[in-house]
Amino acid sequence: MSQNVAIIDYGSGNLHSAAKAFERAAAEAGIPSTIHVTSDTEIVRAADRIVLPGVGAFADCRRGLDAVPGMVETLEEVVRGKGRPFLGICVGMQLLASRGLEYTVTQGLGWIPGDVTLIKPTDDALKIPHMGWNTLHKQDEHPLLDGIETGPQGLHAYFVHSYALAAARPQDVLALTDHGGPVTAMVAHGNVAGTQFHPEKSQKLGLKLITNFLSWAP
Amino acid sequence: MTLKIRIIPCLDVKDGRVVKGVKFLDLVDAGDPVEAAKAYDAAGADELCFLDITASQENRGTLLDVVTRTAEACFMPLTVGGGVRKVEDIRALLLAGADKVAINTAAVTNRQFVKEAAEKFGDQCVVVAIDAKQVSPGRWEIFTHGGRNATGIEAVAFAREVVSLGAGELLVTSMDRDGTKVGYDLGLTRAIADAVSVPVIASGGVGDLDDLVAGVAQGHASAVLAASIFHFGTYTIGQAKAHMAEAGLRMRLD
Repeated sequence: MSQNVAIIDYGSGNLHSAAKAFERAAAEAGIPSTIHVTSDTEIVRAADRIVLPGVGAFADCRRGLDAVPGMVETLEEVVRGKGRPFLGICVGMQLLASRGLEYTVTQGLGWIPGDVTLIKPTDDALKIPHMGWNTLHKQDEHPLLDGIETGPQGLHAYFVHSYALAAARPQDVLALTDHGGPVTAMVAHGNVAGTQFHPEKSQKLGLKLITNFLSWAP
Repeated sequence: MTLKIRIIPCLDVKDGRVVKGVKFLDLVDAGDPVEAAKAYDAAGADELCFLDITASQENRGTLLDVVTRTAEACFMPLTVGGGVRKVEDIRALLLAGADKVAINTAAVTNRQFVKEAAEKFGDQCVVVAIDAKQVSPGRWEIFTHGGRNATGIEAVAFAREVVSLGAGELLVTSMDRDGTKVGYDLGLTRAIADAVSVPVIASGGVGDLDDLVAGVAQGHASAVLAASIFHFGTYTIGQAKAHMAEAGLRMRLD
């Protein structure tokens, strides 16, 4: 039995690379999976696991997602209603928040209460965007982080963002990184998880995290 | 937990093949870009950069094919530049699998293009490539067309302007140093890095590993780009990282 993984295509950049990363992780871990890059709500409804990527500005991504007829309702139904494992990546994770404050105030999905706000490093010499490789500081044990070494000597994840999710419930924050102060790197609540970094660009850490997601049973 | 300094091998690509021009003139064929990209991915490079120097628009398709095949095989960030003049060029590269796109001449001739690109695709994927030459002590000016055309535009002011328009990163190349192996123009790198809020990539002139260290320590760059020292096997990515870490820089060693 092969499981179906839907990577939602709503016009937000290239998803080919993400799909290939999921295919490679599945093949290497021996988890039979069919990866669908799709904007078809029926495929999303039938999927065992759902991935929401996203690059660019929050408002643009929200507009793009809303422009796919029935997609937000379908996600509410299968992720919130039926509890299917869900992973948001970068802006796909930020969209889980209540609101995005990039350029203008935009409503998020509200699954992880909080606002997406500009990173303000305490050290003026630090550059924005937070662009490059950084380590994770785990806030809690979680199956998605199984086998991934965290902490200052741990593996690195690839980040590229200027805004970050400030979660209202501290327990929703699974991992932090640091850029002149703590920055949310991962969130998780029940079957809903998200990474601010790009697992599909994060080499060793990324492939391991994707593998963990493919077998995650929340 | 801090952001690490990035090492970025750069592949000059012409008609789908890797070349490295010495001062952008003598081109030496150095292989298949996809194979090179895979090797750098395995070696732990932090990002990859392709600069397309294909002259004719007809051959642009070969670049898109190279980008597509690279993105399928390498799970690391990829920046692609060269001949990016229209929003459609950016879209095509991003759809092929580039994460960031470097804009060079078009940013000089039409600043609004930078703004348009950032608004459409997000600041994070808009890199402005600045090619500059020193014209007098403490003054650098922008040159286009591989260093042949002077513009009279002062480089630091230009850097500030493109950042205010939405550039998320600057790739700063010294046209005096490119291909010389005598080290980055640290004055240029530092003048721009200290003037802008976004990351700066130092480029042009690396001869040895101390040059990489200096690019960060003295040039204040967030990332260092090099081509020949890696392409011709003078140093490996691992050696470069170890050397930079020994010098006290924060490197990703996993």
